[in-house]
Amino acid sequence: MEFQSIEETRAGLGGAGYLADESTALVSFLAQRLGKPVLVEGPAGVGKTELAKALARATGRELVRLQCYEGLDEARALYEWNYKKQLLRIQVESDPAGAAGRGWREVRDDIFGEEFLLPRPLLSAISSEKPVVLLIDEIDKTDQEFEALLLEVLSDFQVSIPELGVIEAKTHPLVLLTSNNSRELTEALKRRCLYLWLDYPGPERELEIVRLHTPELSEDVARKLVEVVQMVRDLDLKKPPSIAESIDWARALLLLGAEDIDAETLRTSMSIIIKHRTDLDLVTDRVGVKLTDGLIGSRQAG
Amino acid sequence: MPSGGKANPALYGGMPQAPGPGGVAPRLLEFADELRREGMAVGTSELLDAFAALEAVTWTDRDDFRGALSATLAKSQEDRRLFELVFDRFFFRAVEREAMERQIKEGSPGEGGEQRIDLDALRERIRAALRAPEGSDGDLRDLARLAISAFGRQGEGSGVIGVDVQRIRRTLGLKGEQAAAELPDPDSVPRDRLREFEGHVRRELERALIERTGSLPPARPLRDFDRALPTGAAHDLAEVHRVVAQLRRRLATQGRETRGRSRSPAVDVRRTMRLSLQTGGVPIELRYRPRRPRRPELYVLCDVSTSVTSASVFFLSVLHALHDSFRKLRSFVFVERISEVTGVFERERSFEAVSRAIAGDAGVADVSGYTDYGRVWLEFLEQVTDDLDPRSSVIVLGDARTNGREPHADVFARVAERAGRTFWMNPEPRLYWNYGDSVMAAYERHCDGVFECWTTRQLEGFVNAIADLRPVQSPSA
Repeated sequence: MEFQSIEETRAGLGGAGYLADESTALVSFLAQRLGKPVLVEGPAGVGKTELAKALARATGRELVRLQCYEGLDEARALYEWNYKKQLLRIQVESDPAGAAGRGWREVRDDIFGEEFLLPRPLLSAISSEKPVVLLIDEIDKTDQEFEALLLEVLSDFQVSIPELGVIEAKTHPLVLLTSNNSRELTEALKRRCLYLWLDYPGPERELEIVRLHTPELSEDVARKLVEVVQMVRDLDLKKPPSIAESIDWARALLLLGAEDIDAETLRTSMSIIIKHRTDLDLVTDRVGVKLTDGLIGSRQAG
Repeated sequence: MPSGGKANPALYGGMPQAPGPGGVAPRLLEFADELRREGMAVGTSELLDAFAALEAVTWTDRDDFRGALSATLAKSQEDRRLFELVFDRFFFRAVEREAMERQIKEGSPGEGGEQRIDLDALRERIRAALRAPEGSDGDLRDLARLAISAFGRQGEGSGVIGVDVQRIRRTLGLKGEQAAAELPDPDSVPRDRLREFEGHVRRELERALIERTGSLPPARPLRDFDRALPTGAAHDLAEVHRVVAQLRRRLATQGRETRGRSRSPAVDVRRTMRLSLQTGGVPIELRYRPRRPRRPELYVLCDVSTSVTSASVFFLSVLHALHDSFRKLRSFVFVERISEVTGVFERERSFEAVSRAIAGDAGVADVSGYTDYGRVWLEFLEQVTDDLDPRSSVIVLGDARTNGREPHADVFARVAERAGRTFWMNPEPRLYWNYGDSVMAAYERHCDGVFECWTTRQLEGFVNAIADLRPVQSPSA
């Protein structure tokens, strides 16, 4: 499915369970229209990876994912020759006693064929018969050299294999690169991408997201939950809670059958959104007290 | 694409009085040029993307227009911020110029509305509008105009727009909310909304000024200070922490970055042989020995005197971040004398506790509140003289303002000599160095690198230098 307008993109993503804001919808639309990769940056847990999955669902494409890590090289990302199979082939073919024994010359031409090529995510994404969504996750975790490797794939959608020649994309993949901004990416890579900055959503949008994923949770509890999460994010924490964690928390509250979020509920279920011991203390201090005093949730009521 | 873009003087002369050929393309090129002048790298390929993007969206919608441009032109958060500033300024000026040429006047806010405006009622309306989570842009703008006209009756403007904006804000009794911890003040309004409102007031005042004088003031480049690190007291501490949190993440990955297998030249024979068993003893794939990152021994000296108050909050949080990433790190704070605070940082995990402990009982002999650099070197050398060796780096965070006391540059030279590398981070722009009681030059001679440090980029340049990844160079360019 091709999106024809920004509104349609937003609706499509919404249908796939992703509530996109204005700029997300715009950039997703542009990415598809211009055939450009998108570089998505933002703090951990704002739904960067989720955006790629939602795009795949909304466009009915397959998602090909390349998880980056330090030391990732082309053998793991692009393609690799299947050495073992090649070795076997050589042994079989060059055995003079074998029935099919042929000369080395023929074997040599043979073993660098597609049969012995192991496609890795990047190659399989561009050689796929059907268009796919290619997610290159956490690109900032790789070395700078690896970025250079991506340039050919991202700008020309082709891969050069010295022994085989250039493999060009049969279809145009929709490419998303995510980064947690733990290092500056090279200019060359940025130049080829559209840029999207995702941030934590405002209270209204987060409420919508939580309601979308846990429709059974009562509106009051959801609203209070969002308010607490937003307040927690304002504190100076080691790891602020992500959207995924607020959804998890909402699900947990649903399971616990909580009617209301009070200091006690917060204390028992806090570990779902807070993952550091010092953070736990801080949140109990700052937010727990407010819950006891009834300062949270009063703004809506009054 | 426009024809003869090269010959168009509009590209080089900033905002021309007589605009070049009409149409959107030349305007965009002017805009890109303005971005470049502010230091953003906008290449031709980005511009082509921008044009292509504009074809795909309905660019009569201001948000879409802005979104399409920013997605294609501004590719980092820093750039994004700059883009927003330039975008607002550029198109505001473009509209004003057009209005001037066509002799369109809105009437200055002071002249409209003959009825008396009740200041209290207005105050309430503005406050309500600012508290509403999603107020429309137009509403705020109308309120800003009302505020200006109400203010106009109270007396003449000062003639300086920035001053007027603050006066109006004070007259209306608008305060930004304090950090989340404080009890909510009934009079306060959300900080970012307030900033938005101030922006409207500023624009309206500018518009009135342009209409009165009938000419566009020359476009000033955004001062670097607009983009400076959030160190001022006016900024939130939380904002400082956001910058530092990012720094911390980068520091955490930095050591590892060079540890990639392919970087090390030494083949790991054992692992290679082991792997070759799969291929019948033929070592097809090589395994390399991992490279151990160099963990420098750091000595950080941080000035916490009053002359660098705003910066020292920032420095302390940088120090805090460094402690997470470097194990062999000893921290000192100094004003008139020096005291070691390594223990404080190791004991306390949260930044608040650290700053409280340091303010309270770190033992900084703060008799006069004036920094005494000379004395600090003497004491420092005495404390660490046995431990300093060529593997260690000394980092000084301070403004090198001695308050007229003996700088003892010779002692500092001895420190620098014993240590492998010595860096100096100065929170003042290079322009102010060596003026007044700053004796930066005396110390600079002995340092391996001196850095201005008042923007994030400069800070990063510095971090790269201490992590020894890239060649040491001053990032001031």
